[in-house]
Amino acid sequence: MIYAASSLPYRGDPNNLMHAEESMVGSKVIGSYAIQNTYLDARTPNFVTVILGDYRAIDTFGEQLVIYTAGMITFLLLAASKRRKNER
Amino acid sequence: MRDRIDSPIVLLGCRLLSPYIMLFGFYVVIHGHYSPGGGFQGGALLGASFLLMRVAGGDEIGRLQLKEHLAKPLAILGVAIYFGTGLLSILLGGNFLDYSFLPIPGMDTEWLRYTGILIIEVGIGLAVMATFIMIYDNMARGEEEDD
Repeated sequence: MIYAASSLPYRGDPNNLMHAEESMVGSKVIGSYAIQNTYLDARTPNFVTVILGDYRAIDTFGEQLVIYTAGMITFLLLAASKRRKNER
Repeated sequence: MRDRIDSPIVLLGCRLLSPYIMLFGFYVVIHGHYSPGGGFQGGALLGASFLLMRVAGGDEIGRLQLKEHLAKPLAILGVAIYFGTGLLSILLGGNFLDYSFLPIPGMDTEWLRYTGILIIEVGIGLAVMATFIMIYDNMARGEEEDD
């Protein structure tokens, strides 16, 4: 892992692949659009919040549903096992 | 929780620490627009402040802060805030979760999106906090009734 980390690109280099306007396969990269336009779109300096809460809001809703489902599963499993124990 | 040793020092330390963790959790939720943070992280901190009292003081002192049966409605409320925001923007003619259609007067599109992000972050924080408390309560209760 240390060997792999030594060949990572230098952080902040503008010529990095992740800062390019187009990716290797030719599709557009959202990174530079997000950096330039999030403050104009939503008046929020932290553009991670804008990406998570606005551009990718449905994805975040899915994450919240996953956490909620985990809580409900513990409730349903443990409450159901308790009820079965009382019937015995 | 059966083998818990009643130590007033541990309880006092946790009583001292819990409000500050809760305050920092509120700060992380509300200040997520300007600094690293947001609903998930702030909700985890809020849940930790409740869980600290439950671990340190047992069930009876923990229930003074938040009743056990209140965790499930709070989790549902958090999900409902998020989904209701999205549904409201559908009903008013936009796409799902398009905050620029929210019915708040006196705001242009950018500030509406700012407010919409804040609303859903509060919803996420509530749901995460209540889910943590719900998981802990259910597991602790299951362990108590095993004997």
